Amino acid sequence: MIGRIVTALRSKLSTDVKTRHDHKSRCVLPVLPAITLLAMLGPVIAGLYGTILPAFGHLPAAGLTGPTLSPFYDLFDWAGLPRAVMLSVGVGVGATALALTIVALLTAGWSGTPAFRFLERLLSPLLSVPHAAAAFGLSFLITPSGWLSRAVSPAITGWDRPPDLLIVQDTWGLTMMAGLVIKEVPFLLLITLAALGQADTGRSAAVAQALGYGRLTGWLKTVFPRVYAQIRLPVYVVLAYSMSVVDVAVILGPNTPPSLSVYIVRLMSDPDLAMRLQGAAAALLQLALVIGALMAWRIGEAIVTVLGHRWIMSGTRGKIDPIVGGLALTAGIVCAFLVLAGIVVLGVWSFAGYWSFPDFLPDQLSGRNWMRFGPGTVEALGETALIAAVVTLAALALTVGCLEAEYRYGLRLSSRGIWLLYLPLLVPQTAFLPGLQTLMLNIGADVGRLPVMLAHLVFVLPYVFLSLADPFRAWDVRMGVIANALGARPDRVLWKVRLPMLLRPVLTAAAVGFSVSVGQYLATLLIGGGRVATLTTEAVALASGGDRRAIGVYGLMQTGAALILFALALIVPAIVWRNRKGLRYG
Amino acid sequence: MDRGLTLRDVTILKIGAPLLSLSRHIGPGEVLSVMGPSGVGKSTLLAFITGTLAQDFSATGTIILDGMDVTDAPAYQRRVGILFQDDLLFPHLSVGANLAFGLRAGGSKVDRQTRIDEALAEVGLDGFADRDPATLSGGQKARVALMRMLLSDPCGLLLDEPFSRLDTALRAQVRELVFARAKARALPVLMVTHDAEDAAAAGGDIVTLSPLH
Amino acid sequence: MKHLAILAALIVPVAAIVDPNPADWDAVKAEAKGQTVYWNAWGGSTTTNDFLAWVGSRVSEDYGVILEHVKLTNTADAVTRVLAEKQAGENDDGAIDMIWINGVNFAAMKEADLLFGPYAEQLPNWSVVDVAEKTVQSDFTVPTDGFESPWAMAQVVFVHDTADMPERVGSMQALLEWAQANPGRFSYPQPPDFLGTTFLKQVLVDILPDVSVLSAPATDENYAEVSAPLWAYLDALTPNLWREGKAYPATGTAMFPLIADDELDLSISFSPGAASTAIANFELPDTVRTFVLDKGTIGNASFVTVPYNSGSKAGAMIVANFLMSPEAQARAQDPAILGYGTVLDMTAITADERAVFDGLDLGIATLSPADRGTVQAEPHPSWATRLADDWADRYGVAQ
Repeated sequence: MIGRIVTALRSKLSTDVKTRHDHKSRCVLPVLPAITLLAMLGPVIAGLYGTILPAFGHLPAAGLTGPTLSPFYDLFDWAGLPRAVMLSVGVGVGATALALTIVALLTAGWSGTPAFRFLERLLSPLLSVPHAAAAFGLSFLITPSGWLSRAVSPAITGWDRPPDLLIVQDTWGLTMMAGLVIKEVPFLLLITLAALGQADTGRSAAVAQALGYGRLTGWLKTVFPRVYAQIRLPVYVVLAYSMSVVDVAVILGPNTPPSLSVYIVRLMSDPDLAMRLQGAAAALLQLALVIGALMAWRIGEAIVTVLGHRWIMSGTRGKIDPIVGGLALTAGIVCAFLVLAGIVVLGVWSFAGYWSFPDFLPDQLSGRNWMRFGPGTVEALGETALIAAVVTLAALALTVGCLEAEYRYGLRLSSRGIWLLYLPLLVPQTAFLPGLQTLMLNIGADVGRLPVMLAHLVFVLPYVFLSLADPFRAWDVRMGVIANALGARPDRVLWKVRLPMLLRPVLTAAAVGFSVSVGQYLATLLIGGGRVATLTTEAVALASGGDRRAIGVYGLMQTGAALILFALALIVPAIVWRNRKGLRYG
Repeated sequence: MDRGLTLRDVTILKIGAPLLSLSRHIGPGEVLSVMGPSGVGKSTLLAFITGTLAQDFSATGTIILDGMDVTDAPAYQRRVGILFQDDLLFPHLSVGANLAFGLRAGGSKVDRQTRIDEALAEVGLDGFADRDPATLSGGQKARVALMRMLLSDPCGLLLDEPFSRLDTALRAQVRELVFARAKARALPVLMVTHDAEDAAAAGGDIVTLSPLH
Repeated sequence: MKHLAILAALIVPVAAIVDPNPADWDAVKAEAKGQTVYWNAWGGSTTTNDFLAWVGSRVSEDYGVILEHVKLTNTADAVTRVLAEKQAGENDDGAIDMIWINGVNFAAMKEADLLFGPYAEQLPNWSVVDVAEKTVQSDFTVPTDGFESPWAMAQVVFVHDTADMPERVGSMQALLEWAQANPGRFSYPQPPDFLGTTFLKQVLVDILPDVSVLSAPATDENYAEVSAPLWAYLDALTPNLWREGKAYPATGTAMFPLIADDELDLSISFSPGAASTAIANFELPDTVRTFVLDKGTIGNASFVTVPYNSGSKAGAMIVANFLMSPEAQARAQDPAILGYGTVLDMTAITADERAVFDGLDLGIATLSPADRGTVQAEPHPSWATRLADDWADRYGVAQ
């Protein structure tokens, strides 16, 4: 990869004298992919190095030297390990499969209909709700003393005390899976819609329907394979995330035993340093599980492809389409409802005076909670927004630069390169962030906003790239040829033709990057040394105290911070392109 | 031999293997029609001339445009216009802005606007300057695309099956317009086409390419 | 002469990085002016956060010290941080200047030489601290040796909603019987949360015939025998817990909303005044009251400590000293503010200062100091660690 960059650079610089003018961008642009990869992978690799050593028993600060396998033996001694592993894998794979199924069936049965367009419009608010806030909202809704229960008690159910049902933190992790699915469905739907725009799907679906296929079956058989090829990597990211998430697991997942990632964080924070070795070993185990699950999913894809071929060949026209379509739509609406109602219940708690079961609304509403927590949230909001804005801009600049370099110099990332790009998202945060903390100290980049921004960049870059790459590449290259023929230099083509046409994808990528940064927890806490207080770190710190009013306030602020940009991503193109029919729908 | 488009010993190679070879001179106002089976490399030939050859391809030979060797010049300095099957009007710019995109720098704002209005009038699209390109009909878009290219003052014109998307009625009209404008500006035209009618209407030489192996 | 000049030039910077001496209080005050102290303290309680903010405004007024409260979910995170800094050689200006700490965390830091000191007993306000009656010089039986200074006394109390549970229970055995009669109405935070682990210790302290064995470190020989009654107790209790013991609240404060939601009738807290504070904040119904067991309950002190690599040691000492002042102690004891116990000796402070304490309205759910019974000593930290680990193996994995 590096070799190809150097060769391209050399050949381009040597052949042409007339192109002196391009020298400036020529020198910077081809190197950008390398810089980007370094910005993303350097911390991950350093962090993993900082984890691998302790996993094999080497921790000089505690006076322990390896190599030894005893941390792994200690890990396997933990009675909760089999269940924790099953939980991580089960919830991860289950949540991903369920979310993907819902999204596929929803799009298959309903794309282009008014119902679908309604759901599309809900996407921005749904996506802007950070995972933790959504998880809190869900828990406030469905616990036995939650809002849904209060809505029907004591009128319908006759309860004057909440039933002792294990819903939140259930041992099978179903609630945790639900908490993940309600957030993954909007995410995958967004990615799918982006893919639809590039896959010329309307005509295929029309042809299928003309051939007598039901709407859903026709779409699945003709369009889905194309679309899946484009959304495959985001699906992998969802899988890795679902398996290794920490904050949702803490809020909704069981504690007896917890999922593997939660256990890792616990071990890594244990004051007994020897526990850190076991934590590092567990982190490597987590990494192995994620890799294994991804491979198994890949195999699953092949199986589904074979079965799919058989299904297509069988020529069934999809008699039960309406039923399946109805179920999918219901599922989609339920997901949206749970997220939005969750936000509403957070809001009610934030204004609540005394509120006990089975009252549907609080005894009194007051602004007291906002006055108490307000000043703190404003400060945290400023910090959150500043970090997110800078990081998102940097990520956009790097991404556009890389994609443009790819276009101009043919420096396309090979398929192996793509995996490197997603490494920060596939490696569990718990595996490399503590190691990264040590690295930052070693180079003197101690505490403060800048290291936190660099750490956030590691996670934001892949999402921004993921979000922007396909729309960017799918841009009709002939437009560029024509612009060149009209005398426009490559830079002019980029700024005056390509980027304006890609305004909507760029803003969407910015919104995604911004909300990823807003939702970061472990990165801010560990790398910031506690001196950088964002809305998320403050909210999670309060979460351990169970103060629902505080959680309500912070949850709303967190959601609002991310919502702003998604709103902009919707509104700005609509305004800018109000007279440009060709661009209004991206 | 000074004016016009000359292709001297041009050979297009795909991953090292030669695809096609051509050596022709097109005088000003003349049209060369290039025909041949699909995949023989006609569009690649055009890409070579515009300077936007794709990764897998390479080429040898020389391109001389109005006496200047442009073989190694970057794409934006070649002054060769191109029209594709699709009009490819920039959707984010108005019709007038599309036309202005190709205008050479210089001249006052009023002068430039006048030239745009004149160009629109030339093809019967008076007052379309502020229109959204997406609201135009197929024929109107083709005319705007043509004028956009002509306003950039090219020294030659390439056509990549430009009429195949238009319905038959429109086709003859637009074809007629393109050739007339090119002749009026004494531009050499290289047209790649599948349609024998287009070649016939062009009235120039016809070259049929065959694969080299 | 030249050599002496060079030596002098070298010595001056060296002198500047020598730690401040707590005995020279004027020098400490001078050095502390303008320093920023990052106090890493548990942030899970909004009342505590508000109190820390007040402390910040007061030390800024009086001493020019800027106090920043870094909210932690888990004190062990701060230990991790200092450790990582030591690993990386950051010995002069670490991220953490002060930690609210006790028990296992303190023991770990002291053993790993991560603390600055000794300083506590040289602070001016140490003279009014109740060294005789309160356990302020040993932390879970580990001697503090002046490496940490106390600021609050905690004692385990049981919190019950008298609307559903009118009578108190006097012993752990009675609690078990009550739970068997009222299944699903009691729970405790999941160990290794400090309050959850304290519940385990409390059970053991209450049901063991001879508790002196807990003052000594746990050994492989005596651990199994000593802890056996606890496991027998929990085997009987767990099926009658909230959610049948398949899920536990995360922390002590997380239990209050459950009482308010009517999911629990009984819970446990480390702060005698926390229930009153919660009632005042509309977080609990006003029918909630507290009680202690007949034999008394475990109590301990909350301390602050200064990491060895803090860059604002003088400022940290100023804050530590202020926390022990009668003004801060009285405010912390006020249940409308915080409801914590005081570390001060009432006989050592002036009459005016004592009047402030006496004038406090302790709140309807707070037991007066006289009613709090005996304060039982904390077992040695090794017991807590082993019990918590054993608990995780036995009950931390749902059957």
